[in-house]
Amino acid sequence: MLSIKNIKAEIDGKEILKGISLEIKEGEVHAIMGPNGSGKSTLAAVLAGRDYARITEGTITFNGGNLLDMSPEERSKEGIFLGFQYPIEIPGVSMVNFMKTAVNEHRKHKGLEPLSASDFLKMMREKKELVEIDSKLANRSVNEGFSGGEKKKNEIFQMAMLEPKLAILDETDSGLDIDALRIVANGVNKLKRPDNSSLIITHYQRLLDYIVPDIVHVLYDGRIVKTAGKELAFELEEKGYDWIKKEVEKNEPSWK
Amino acid sequence: MEVKSEISTKYSDLYLENIGKITDISTPFLNSFREEAMQKFRSMGIPTRKNETYKYTNLDIFFNHDYRNYFIPVPSDFTKAEEFSCDIADLDTHGLVLLNGFYPTLNGKLKQLPSGVWIGSLNEAARKFPELVEKHYGKYANGDSDGLVHLNTAMASDGVFVYVPKGVVLSKPVQVVNLVHSDVDMFNQQRNLFILEPNSEISIIICDHTMTPQKFLTNAVTEVFVGENSHFDIIRVQNEHNNACKITHTFIHQEKNSNASSNNVTLHGGLIRNSTHHLLEGEGAECLSLGLYLADKFQHIDNYVNVIHNAPNCSSNQLFKGVLDDMATGAFNGRILVQPDAQGTVAYQKNNNILLTDDAKMDTKPQLEIYADDVKCSHGATVGQIDENSLFYLQSRGINKREAQLMLMFGFAHEVIQNIRIEPLRERLDNLVMQRLKGELTRCASCMVKCG
Repeated sequence: MLSIKNIKAEIDGKEILKGISLEIKEGEVHAIMGPNGSGKSTLAAVLAGRDYARITEGTITFNGGNLLDMSPEERSKEGIFLGFQYPIEIPGVSMVNFMKTAVNEHRKHKGLEPLSASDFLKMMREKKELVEIDSKLANRSVNEGFSGGEKKKNEIFQMAMLEPKLAILDETDSGLDIDALRIVANGVNKLKRPDNSSLIITHYQRLLDYIVPDIVHVLYDGRIVKTAGKELAFELEEKGYDWIKKEVEKNEPSWK
Repeated sequence: MEVKSEISTKYSDLYLENIGKITDISTPFLNSFREEAMQKFRSMGIPTRKNETYKYTNLDIFFNHDYRNYFIPVPSDFTKAEEFSCDIADLDTHGLVLLNGFYPTLNGKLKQLPSGVWIGSLNEAARKFPELVEKHYGKYANGDSDGLVHLNTAMASDGVFVYVPKGVVLSKPVQVVNLVHSDVDMFNQQRNLFILEPNSEISIIICDHTMTPQKFLTNAVTEVFVGENSHFDIIRVQNEHNNACKITHTFIHQEKNSNASSNNVTLHGGLIRNSTHHLLEGEGAECLSLGLYLADKFQHIDNYVNVIHNAPNCSSNQLFKGVLDDMATGAFNGRILVQPDAQGTVAYQKNNNILLTDDAKMDTKPQLEIYADDVKCSHGATVGQIDENSLFYLQSRGINKREAQLMLMFGFAHEVIQNIRIEPLRERLDNLVMQRLKGELTRCASCMVKCG
């Protein structure tokens, strides 16, 4: 589904991603863990098409298409969804209007007619229930005045509405209390299908208690330095990231 | 005294040419102001950029022009205008239509609604209710810093008159449609007087439109008396062509515990300058002044707001927002004056602007003069671009860039619209704003009125 080959990217002339390769197949849940500043969010930004990171090398194909040639909106319509670490507040734009526009853009892309107002509202209602989002939130402006937990739940709600093939969740767990975390994780699990995949980016193992990954990668200083099964997450939780850093430095004595 | 400029002389000559006709159709009371006002205008002239309140607005392109006509109606105009039909779209209002600032009917120029409210022609009201007009006319308009107010007093002879008796609440708004229509370039002036006796309530919607493509200059003065404990809203929706210049001066005098809102929604126009004055004269008065302006091409929109806190425990709030595209320019000057006796004042002001191009330009200037010590006052102004993070957020959900930009601009403008106190008007204005942002709003037919 997603094939990242030797991606290098820089921000303001500083290299942040130093050659990342990653394969995600249909139905797989991948987790990317790593200490702060390792490049996790930059990787998410590169996948979603945010232009502040400049790609200097490498390729990314998504379902056979060249992802790097696509605008952010095309990526979304092709089935990529980014759950933001810091969802944006947009005063004056209602959730209903926002989602209706987005859903209908997706439908147009698939050659479908726009949803009628009543069908759309029905869909909103069903998805709200699915992700246990307070029905009042959907009547407000996008994220405006939402608490941290409400914003993250709203990301999962949007994901439910757009039914992506690949969901990238960037630190969705940060700042959540245990109840909100459970709701967010349940939402993700309910949306799980054999033909879609997830890429969970997180600093902590906590979220992975609820969303069980098939594969865990450790990102450190712009490289994937370790890939293993879900047990790697527990090991990181127990021992922290220092042992990884030491291992990397041992293997590469010329480390600057 | 400023040296009389060549342009100002033009208008002084225009006065001399027309004063006979103007005097003939007006009452002696209205005429009694003319000579003195003209003298003041002659000494002050057309405001230039040396005038602090016109610092960012150059009136020359519209004032330095030979208008072929200063509009004074003759009976044949009225006959023609009576044939002119205008259906105000389904908004439930008491409607009246003005042609070039005049009440375009020969008969029934002033009517009384079942509630007891009088609406109609000021010229007629001056005959029918001389005591009322004499009590209020010319009392609130202040031309100390603006010669154009005097030019209006010297020459205007008609406009809208509204009288709301004590204790009367008019639930439906009054909608005034100002049509500018002429076969030649034209200068016209309009004078409105709204009187709200104590404990009354009324909302007035004023729609400014141009009907023919000629060059137009309109200079309108509105005086409002809001009596004790009364509630008043004025909403001006401006949709004129690029060759039209509209200057409005609105003076709202507020008595004790009165509450007034002024709203200027500028959708389209060549040069627009709205000056709005809230004179908080009685304790506990409240005012809200809202503005939204959307400009492109070479349009220029200037809003001057002047809130004067003359009494204790009054509150005022100003919110003005604008989106400027192409080479459009704008100005906002918000004054808050708190007099020494106005303790317990609460006054806020906010002006936010989005510039869509490098060539668009906005000048914004808060002007706070505070002479009391127990005052809560804040102001803020921003001039910026569409927020990149918000844009990306919308795009990342599959919304194309152009549509995402539109949604963000709409959301930005909506903050003003949602504060407008006439609820049924909000949705209509939202739609007009959306049409305007999409570039679809080019003529009257797509606006609130359908005229033919």
